[in-house]
Amino acid sequence: MELVQAPIRKILAATGVLMLLTLPSLASAQQRLVPAQSEIAFVSKQFGVPVSGKFKKFDAEVTFDPKKVEAAKVNFNVDLLSADIGNSETEAELKKPGWFNSLKMPQANFTSNAVRALGGGKFEFSGKLSIKGITQNVVVPMTLTQSAGVTRAVGSFTLKRLDFKIGDGEWNDVSLVANEVVVNIKLALTGVTPL
Amino acid sequence: MSPRYDRVAIAFHWLMAVMITASFAVGLYMVSLTMSPTRIKLYNWHKWAGVTILTLAALRLLWRLRHAPPPLPPTMPQWQTKVANVAHLLLYVLFFAVPLTGWAYSSAAGFPIVWFGWIPLPDFVPKDRELAEFLKPWHWMAAYALAAVVAVHILAVVKHLLMDDDNLMSRMLPNMTGDK
Repeated sequence: MELVQAPIRKILAATGVLMLLTLPSLASAQQRLVPAQSEIAFVSKQFGVPVSGKFKKFDAEVTFDPKKVEAAKVNFNVDLLSADIGNSETEAELKKPGWFNSLKMPQANFTSNAVRALGGGKFEFSGKLSIKGITQNVVVPMTLTQSAGVTRAVGSFTLKRLDFKIGDGEWNDVSLVANEVVVNIKLALTGVTPL
Repeated sequence: MSPRYDRVAIAFHWLMAVMITASFAVGLYMVSLTMSPTRIKLYNWHKWAGVTILTLAALRLLWRLRHAPPPLPPTMPQWQTKVANVAHLLLYVLFFAVPLTGWAYSSAAGFPIVWFGWIPLPDFVPKDRELAEFLKPWHWMAAYALAAVVAVHILAVVKHLLMDDDNLMSRMLPNMTGDK
């Protein structure tokens, strides 16, 4: 009996130690994005006409504690093939190599490298945005609010499409399709500690 | 000489005749193009022209309501007078229907109209894929209906010119001689 019980006790003890070791990391576990309550939208101008769309598929790994922003990390992926402009013809065009080339490179990625707290629920996420294999530095200001355990982050930034060769070649005339594209972000996150 | 349309009515007629013909031609051509910068420009010009035509139609209707057109010659058989009146009524209805269906289609397709790239016009229908698909053929049908009534209108002009010899067309021609 004792010969049997000893290993069991050891296993139990080891499990206890393991649990204790994992507890701190569980406490600071990654915050979760709720895609269904989030939105990544964009507006570009075509001959002065605002043309808006949104991405239906995206996800993120977020480690964010408002009190410890130096440890924050955001890794955001957007499926470019999921762009919804409300017009099939334009969507088909957007997938072409001159635009997103999304059949070959369907992922856009944002990886943060620095987060600054500006006070009043405002934060600035600096990082690298990669689209079509081109990486550029961007700064995304976000304003956070919390209620009922959900943290909502709203912000927008402007990117220049030609920096990423979006609309290359015959479409590079910015008087026809403006260079500036406004990206509007609304995120819902769970598991964020109070602001 | 038969009574003439007034100068404003004549100006509206010819200005709209030119604009509608040009818009119809551009419309037919642009839909045959694959996506390109040229195509986008043509679509926008077509929309600007359409809204201009709609504006002219509204002003022309107001003018016409206050300035009765000269009566048709009493020598015309009654059925022809009736056909002429119905055709003119249809033209006015289509002056509105064609641009309005186009405007609605553009809004539903997610492209609000910015008149001359300058004045953003409101969307009176929401951006909606299914609605856009529904509206598209209505714009086409209205445009072809307008083309058909214009064809009847021109055939009637030719008939009056060649068969009736009543010089009816001169009522709508600019007065080149300077006579009052």
